[in-house]
Amino acid sequence: MATMTKADIVEQVYDNLDGFSKKESADIVEMVFESIKETLETGEKIKISGFGNFVVRQKKERTGRNPQTGEEIRIAPRKVLTFKPSQVLKNAINT
Amino acid sequence: MTRGELIERVARECQINLKQAEIVVSTIFRAMSETLADGGRVEIRGFGSFEVRAYAAYKGRNPKTGREVMVGPKKAPFFKTGKELRERINGEG
Repeated sequence: MATMTKADIVEQVYDNLDGFSKKESADIVEMVFESIKETLETGEKIKISGFGNFVVRQKKERTGRNPQTGEEIRIAPRKVLTFKPSQVLKNAINT
Repeated sequence: MTRGELIERVARECQINLKQAEIVVSTIFRAMSETLADGGRVEIRGFGSFEVRAYAAYKGRNPKTGREVMVGPKKAPFFKTGKELRERINGEG
C-alpha cells in the first residue's frame, strides 16, 4: 500500500474546506504541523483526543556499545519524542 | 496543548474561523487514522512517520492478581520522529 504524505492530506482538507484554494489549504495544513512542532519544542505535550498524545521525554546520559566494533561509546543526554496512541486509534487498527 | 487549543491556535495564525480550523484539524487526524486502520503508512516530512506493527501473542500477567493471562496477537501504531523535529526538540534546529 502506498504511503500517505502531506500532499494527500492537503487534498482531503481542500475537498472538505469550502472557499479555499489548494495553495491556501496547503498553507493551513503546514501551520497545523508547525504549531504542533513549536509546542513540542518548548517541552509541552500535545493531546489529540481520538488519535493520541505526543510527549517529550528527557533521556539521561548512558554508555552504549558500537555493535560492530564492541567499542564503548558515551550516549549524550537527549530529548526524545514518544507517541502514545489513543484507545480509539488502537481499536481502529485492530478491527 | 489539546486538540481544542490547537484549533484555536490555527484559527488565529491563519486568520480563519474556528469552524474552518476544526474541519482542517479533524480532517488531518481522520485521514491519518483511516490510513493506519487500513494497514497503511503515513509520512509527514519534517514531523515524522507512522506505521502499523504487528505483535505476536505472548503470555502476560495481570499486575493486580498475578494471574497468568494469554495476550493475543495485536497490531499497534508506531511513530518515528522526523529529523527536523528531533533536532528542534534538542535545541539544534
